[in-house]
Amino acid sequence: MAEGQNQGRPDTAAPAIELTGISKAFGPVQANKDISIRVMPGTIHGIIGENGAGKSTLMSILYGFYKADAGEIFINGNKTEIPDSQAAIAAGIGMVFQHFKLVQNFTVLENVVLGAEEGAMLRPSLAKARQLLTDLADEYELHVDPDSIVEDLSVGHQQRVEILKALYRQADILILDEPTGVLTPAEADQLFRILARLREEGKTIILITHKLREIMEITNTVSVMRRGEMTATVKTSETSPEHLAELMVGRKVLLHVDKPKANPGEVVLDLKNLRYVDEQGVERLKGIDLTLRKGEILGIAGVAGNGQSALLEVLGGYADGTGEATLKGAPLPLAGRGSDGRSRRHSGIGHVPEDRQNEGLIMEFTAWENMAFGYHHEPEYQKNPLLMDNAGIQAKAAASMERFDVRPPNPKLKAKNFSGGNQQKIVVAREIEAHPDVLLIGQPTRGVDIGAIEFIHQQIIDLRDQGVAILLVSVELDEIFSLSDRIAVMFDGHIMGERMPDETDEKEVGLLMAGIVEKAA
Amino acid sequence: MDFLQLILTLDSTVRLSVVLLFACLAGLFSEKSGVVDIGLEGKMLISAFVAAAVAYETGSAWIGVLAGCAASLIFAMIHGVASIIYRGDQIISGVALNFLASGLTIVLGHAIYKKGGQTPTLTGNARFTEITLPFADAVRDVPVLGPIYSELISGQTALVYLAFAVVPAVWFLLYRTRFGLRLRAVGENPSSVDTAGISVVGMRFKALFFTGILCGIAGAYLSTAQAAFFGREMSAGRGYIALAALIFANWRPLQAMGASLLFGLLEAISNLYPKIDVFGVVTIPVQFTQALPYILTVVILAGFIGKASPPRSVGVPYVKEN
Amino acid sequence: MDKMPRWADVALIPLINILLAFILAGLVVLAIGQNPFDMVYFMIKGALGSTRGIGYTLYYTTNFIFTGLAFSVAMHAKLFNIGGEGQAAVGGIGTALVLLAVPWPHWTLALPFAVIGAAVFGAGWAAIPAYLQAKRGSHIVITTIMFNFIAGALSIYLLNGVLKKPDQQAAETRQFGDGAHLPTFNEMLSPFGIEFSKSAPVNFSFVLAIAAAVLVWLLIWRTRLGYDIRAFGNSESATAYAGISSVRVTIIAMLISGGLSGLLAINVVMGEAERLILNFVEGAGFMGIAVALMGRNHPFGIVLAAFLFGMLNQGGFELLWEMPGISREMVLVIQALIIIFTGALVNMTRDPLERFFIRMNKRAG
Repeated sequence: MAEGQNQGRPDTAAPAIELTGISKAFGPVQANKDISIRVMPGTIHGIIGENGAGKSTLMSILYGFYKADAGEIFINGNKTEIPDSQAAIAAGIGMVFQHFKLVQNFTVLENVVLGAEEGAMLRPSLAKARQLLTDLADEYELHVDPDSIVEDLSVGHQQRVEILKALYRQADILILDEPTGVLTPAEADQLFRILARLREEGKTIILITHKLREIMEITNTVSVMRRGEMTATVKTSETSPEHLAELMVGRKVLLHVDKPKANPGEVVLDLKNLRYVDEQGVERLKGIDLTLRKGEILGIAGVAGNGQSALLEVLGGYADGTGEATLKGAPLPLAGRGSDGRSRRHSGIGHVPEDRQNEGLIMEFTAWENMAFGYHHEPEYQKNPLLMDNAGIQAKAAASMERFDVRPPNPKLKAKNFSGGNQQKIVVAREIEAHPDVLLIGQPTRGVDIGAIEFIHQQIIDLRDQGVAILLVSVELDEIFSLSDRIAVMFDGHIMGERMPDETDEKEVGLLMAGIVEKAA
Repeated sequence: MDFLQLILTLDSTVRLSVVLLFACLAGLFSEKSGVVDIGLEGKMLISAFVAAAVAYETGSAWIGVLAGCAASLIFAMIHGVASIIYRGDQIISGVALNFLASGLTIVLGHAIYKKGGQTPTLTGNARFTEITLPFADAVRDVPVLGPIYSELISGQTALVYLAFAVVPAVWFLLYRTRFGLRLRAVGENPSSVDTAGISVVGMRFKALFFTGILCGIAGAYLSTAQAAFFGREMSAGRGYIALAALIFANWRPLQAMGASLLFGLLEAISNLYPKIDVFGVVTIPVQFTQALPYILTVVILAGFIGKASPPRSVGVPYVKEN
Repeated sequence: MDKMPRWADVALIPLINILLAFILAGLVVLAIGQNPFDMVYFMIKGALGSTRGIGYTLYYTTNFIFTGLAFSVAMHAKLFNIGGEGQAAVGGIGTALVLLAVPWPHWTLALPFAVIGAAVFGAGWAAIPAYLQAKRGSHIVITTIMFNFIAGALSIYLLNGVLKKPDQQAAETRQFGDGAHLPTFNEMLSPFGIEFSKSAPVNFSFVLAIAAAVLVWLLIWRTRLGYDIRAFGNSESATAYAGISSVRVTIIAMLISGGLSGLLAINVVMGEAERLILNFVEGAGFMGIAVALMGRNHPFGIVLAAFLFGMLNQGGFELLWEMPGISREMVLVIQALIIIFTGALVNMTRDPLERFFIRMNKRAG
């Protein structure tokens, strides 16, 4: 679109932002590894990467929210210490967080002024801000009624308030963290017009996103992050969505899984026109039709946030959906009585949730207690009508942990004391050993080390060969490819299409994930 | 009920509501900043004791008030250290400080004055006396307005006038100043304040400073104006009624005055008219009138009438996160 | 991989905190010109120096076990039930109604019904705050505080009205019949030739309290319901995944909590006063919070903490005779300081200790 805007500017000018050798660890997790980046003034620089790649951490360091373990920051060529947000603001950096930092029951004006007041009295500050807001609104098409209460505004308008906050503080550098995640397409288009305008006025913008389309549409340069590292920085004009998708998903040494050919049997789970509206009123599933057969793995590919989580939640029984669903020929309730997680398990649907720490496990519980979690009302876990069979559960847990190679194989340890991979093995072991007919699996190997990945993959294949129907959701494309017998791609609450893994490639699936349907190739 | 009786009831209402009003405004500062304070009771109590003791020793009610405020402030700061710095449980901290005040006032009172925790009676300048406003006597006989002026408006202690002057001041501070804007923001969404480059810890401590001072005045009023001595457990649950009034007022200063007056009126009625006959059919027992503030608060909290909208981050220690 | 060894977490930190509380309390004692060591000596002597002292100590211990257990059950579901005071008061009304309604022939018959009366009334008083929390999101801390005061008003109303002993000034019921008399330790132990003070109020309720502790332990760690309660208390998001109903857990946990608070009345109303009197709870409901906190919400810890608090209570009464310069409310100061250090300021000792152990581990590893 507007690329090459500043090609007249000499390359020798100091970069607006330069980061060198930034590293940051949270405990054992290395969120950022030796990251360096240069952003020229008056450009839009994209940072793209999957969830958890370390993009937000990097930007929080730049905004003084976290302190880097190592590395330096240069603003307009000057080495700058940014110990807190105040310093970042003083250095001319403004940030629009993914989760807005607005006071919901304040007016727009009050939010803009907060922390940048002129004096002890509010009235003059507000008056000045009102004037400035009018000017900014005209200049950048950032129209918001200064007297409306923030919570009455649409999400798109709330975001404008965040941008106005930054501009009011005279920010020259604007960081936007996943700004379109919560916007409608029309709102996103408006945002991009605003960003283009800001660039014309000489502002420098960093756009963090995982959406390829946005990068291609608006940025001048783009960096790709993956697992805490910056894997590439390229000019947008010299790259393509396919190339970026490849860099983003990565070509890690393919974890080869010995996978005999699938023998799909009869349909176990049949979904027709499945819809789901979340608590915020956003429609997350917009009419899903899927069938799942005995003895097959159906992989759901998609960029995070396109409805895969909602699909697992509705099927897993903790979100109420509408539509038609049948399980083994019998109707499966999607809302109300008999649609909770416990009923789902009872009817034969197991679930390895995407978020093992907040959903799949109780971190304060021991491993053996977690081994019964969700199934603890089943008769096999009771000693008598009153008491649970704790000794039996412990013995069973110990055996399962042995079988699934959970380390250390100590059922009395609390879940929080296991590594991510071993926590996941506990969840997988529990759900597999309950012998479900259908197993829902979300992000089976997120935050899991290589060894455990291979092991978990093998367990999933074995389970399939025993005739279990498996619905696999993963943002890791190579995982989808190496496990699935059939691939469905989700985008914006829809199924974009189904492909057989040996009849497609990562390129085609990647485009479907970006919502781009190619003319029949 | 004749007119003079009404005036007397209202006069009693005003006197009884002042302590609630100070405490309620104290709670307002704390909770607006996001710190739950069920320790209003304890701060009032310790201040009531210290104020009475110091007033007795120095012979000055005003020095007593200052000392009471200092004691209350220390309690407020302990609460701050526990809940803001060490992210401790704010409810537990409040409960503990209430206990501490209960115990400490009696232990110290007993050790100093040997009267089972009671202080000697305050006389002269050691207590607040009623101030007669100009012309109060002259207009007494004017119908309606005369008694209102001379009995109700005139003849109150200085702290009563202070209480009603503090209300608009608090309102102004909260809604018309930079400090107020930041204070309200930190209780609603501390991360908005943090990202704006303002210290969340600093703002909350400043809020607790006001809480300490106002609770101090509330307690001092009990022992040096409403009564002329300190007696054990003198606050008698008023800190909790003030908390109820705060909820009833939906965390707003002007409404806090209304709620304090309403709850003060209920207390006055239960003192003056223990049994109320409704058309000779039902007798409302005094205990019902006494429990009414609490019942009303539960009804409000249940959301059946109106809607309680507490500061959204109240009670949650702030931990930086993305 | 724990940051701290378990013994440090369970024993060392509480010990340090109690010590800090006592040091501070000692400073208060010094400040009023008394000898803190004398105080500790006389308190221990008063609490444990005679069977009468022990009897009183155990009587208070019984109260604190009930209210401590009550608070802990709710706390396992992360519900802060500060309404033990009111629930116990209403439990007393239930007890009294049962014991006044029927001329009971023998205590063994009266006790089960009195227990039901106490528990049902106590649970009933917790039910409304529980419902409002589960269904309408009303903050349970505030509603239970309000219910404490409403319970107080209700008690005064009833004891000055329908429940009042006829032709009497005092706001209390008539004595329960002889058939409702719970055996005291004196009566229970003399058949075995053990001499126990006649005047000590400790009675069969102590056995009931220990039984309640065992039952709560079974409930929390051995039943499906207990599992649900703990799961809900630890992670609301995970309970949604598992299909545990938050409404059900909230209400049931609060009913059990209220019921346990109500049982305090068995000890005080049925066992000691043998009639319903005003303000018989005497802060034991609030003290339950401290007891549960110190006992780390585990029945065994709660029994120990209840005993410590029982000793303090009884020791404080004896203080009055031995050291007239110290008022018995010194006990309240000590208890308050213990709550502050073990509860509100726990991170003050935990953080540096945690750092210390991490350093030690590094050095050792």
